[in-house]
Amino acid sequence: MKHSLLTAATVACAMTTGGLSLSAHAADDYKLGLVTFLSGAASGPFGIPAKNAADLVIDAINDGTLPAPIQGKGIDGRMITPVYVDEAGGATKQTSEFRNLVERDGVDAVVGYISSGDCLAIPAVAEELKMLTVLFDCGTPRVFEEADYKYVFRTHSTASMDNIAAARYINDNVPDLQSVAGINQNYSWGHDSWRDFTETLKVLRDGDIEITTEQFPKLFAGQYGAEISALQVNSADVIHTSFWGGDTDAFVLQAAARGLLADNQVIFTAGETALNSLGEHLPDGAIIGARGPFGPFAPESELNTWFQTEFTERFGTPPTFPAYHMAHALIGLKLAQDKAGVGASTEDVISSFEGLEFEGPGGKVEMSRGKGHQAATEMVYGRLKRVDGEITFTDITRYPADCVNPPEGTETVKWIQAGMPGAECD
Amino acid sequence: MSKKSLALLFFLGLAILAVGLVLPNWMSYLLTIAMGKGLVVLGLVLLMRAGLVSFGQGLYYCVGAYVAGMLTQFAEVTDVLLILLASIGVSVAIAAIIGLLLCRYREIFFAMFSMAFSMILYGLLVRNQVLGSTDGFNVANPSLLGWAPGPEAASDLVLAVAVFLVFSLGILAWRYLKSLSGYAGEAVRENEIRLEYLGGSVFKIVYVKYIIAAGLAAIGGTVTALVSGHVDPEMAYWTTSGEFVFIALMGGTAHVAAPIIAAVLFEALRTYAFAVAPYTWQMILGFALLAIILFMPSGLWSLVERFQTKKARKTT
Repeated sequence: MKHSLLTAATVACAMTTGGLSLSAHAADDYKLGLVTFLSGAASGPFGIPAKNAADLVIDAINDGTLPAPIQGKGIDGRMITPVYVDEAGGATKQTSEFRNLVERDGVDAVVGYISSGDCLAIPAVAEELKMLTVLFDCGTPRVFEEADYKYVFRTHSTASMDNIAAARYINDNVPDLQSVAGINQNYSWGHDSWRDFTETLKVLRDGDIEITTEQFPKLFAGQYGAEISALQVNSADVIHTSFWGGDTDAFVLQAAARGLLADNQVIFTAGETALNSLGEHLPDGAIIGARGPFGPFAPESELNTWFQTEFTERFGTPPTFPAYHMAHALIGLKLAQDKAGVGASTEDVISSFEGLEFEGPGGKVEMSRGKGHQAATEMVYGRLKRVDGEITFTDITRYPADCVNPPEGTETVKWIQAGMPGAECD
Repeated sequence: MSKKSLALLFFLGLAILAVGLVLPNWMSYLLTIAMGKGLVVLGLVLLMRAGLVSFGQGLYYCVGAYVAGMLTQFAEVTDVLLILLASIGVSVAIAAIIGLLLCRYREIFFAMFSMAFSMILYGLLVRNQVLGSTDGFNVANPSLLGWAPGPEAASDLVLAVAVFLVFSLGILAWRYLKSLSGYAGEAVRENEIRLEYLGGSVFKIVYVKYIIAAGLAAIGGTVTALVSGHVDPEMAYWTTSGEFVFIALMGGTAHVAAPIIAAVLFEALRTYAFAVAPYTWQMILGFALLAIILFMPSGLWSLVERFQTKKARKTT
């Protein structure tokens, strides 16, 4: 009796101290720097949906209400407190704000960056300050092609995937394809997208493709009269565009009025963000991409259903790919941190993040490139088709990650020009 | 300048350097960026004293930054001194050519033409795939006379270089303003005809000022590029030049220290506006500028002048 009393007392003591240490641990929070466009032209279609997704997913992580297989309250038991920073102002400004986040605010990790320029500038600073950083939306393949980083991760594929897949899609799905034309914004994103797309097509068709015209209007020009005329005069079977945000809207409205969309197929590699705002103007048959298996192309799963319904309910509009990108970055970070365990050092988290494979609302993410720091995902394209006024998709084609992403250690352009060796497409 | 005040400045420089090294990294980074920009604004102020507002200092700022970037990244030259010499050389060469045309114009035409030239550079860089188009490219860590401090101490090295440059160039600019050619700037602003009548060459005076301003802007750009580790065409975009004009208006044109102090205040104001109001930080900057224009039309330096006149009145 005495003995059991002693045991009970010991257990009780152990439980209280255990409980105490747990609550003490839960009391200090996980400060997370979140950088996305809160002002300027990229905030509407990208920054704000991403921020909304961050709010939603962080609340769910803190409450422990994310659907299976993601478990546990908070990030390794700590509650996430976000610190938001506007991404406006250019790369110099952003490196300065990154330092502020790390050294002034003392964040535990940073998730951010939509602009590719910022994504190229930040990693060097992240390495210097030894700060775990997850890039969530930028598309440039240069980040992990030009250098190796220890503290930097990216949980989605590069823009190369969008355009390699686009070339494969039209090669497979457009009968009698002979010519293409392009209208892309005159900055890195536009030029890189167009280059990857045309180079892939040339390889796929042994050079048997005619480029009728390539137009590079100014970013956010808003008026595309001259370019549309040029596209009409130099008519092609398929028009490629990597337009996004307001540019997609303006282009579609003006091109539809001039009859361009009736005579030509258009492939929008990043057109998914425009579906909600301008679905009614997009013609049937337009080929839409979402920079990965996102939005309407997201594979069915409990996690995706939860994400779609909760997001739509809370913000009144379905989540687009920037929202998915953000969700993936946060979930990847949580999983890596949880895997490393409570009280793990940044180095431990990094080694559990490297090569991580996980399921997000947009399907499987494999951190299989850039020495385990860069993700590769599948890519999906589909043709828009209205059924009773509702937007649906036909001819949906899914390309596996290894089909449309260059393998580990190769530079995208060189890989494409070498004939994409090792691509596994079945 | 007396020996006493030179010594005083020397110790002030040392003190700022020491404080910069002790401060948390994010503050000393901010201080370095501010000094880089302050140098650009110093050049702008020289022009403003001659009645010329340049909306195109971004051109030389960007040239300086890109020269630094290209040398470290493509030519593997990382020595700060060589980089500085190269950026000054390139920008002065460009300014010597463009200046021939620009210095014939005054007022809004000068402002717009100078902006046009910086936008031409912006356009060229955006089209250039080798230099990373709009995304720009990274700048490697600098070294000094064979000493490579590595990534952590590199920003300290740039800070030291920036402090040295700010003080030495500040003193030179101060001496220049006290010289005949420096005073002639104000004469250009007030009455060009009378100046010509007295035998001065207005063109020559403006031309020299333009070249000095270009050199200062290039040095500022180099400092910024080396400390931030990245350059992009945004540096030549007109909004960057607009920011320099903003800082110049904030500080006022009365003294060479004004632009440097204003640049530090501007960076501090902006970073706190960012932290306090992530959605509406631009509004805070707008109100700050509005307040300065309304209450201190000749900039923050007018506070110092007010204080000085008060003191002078008291002693007499």
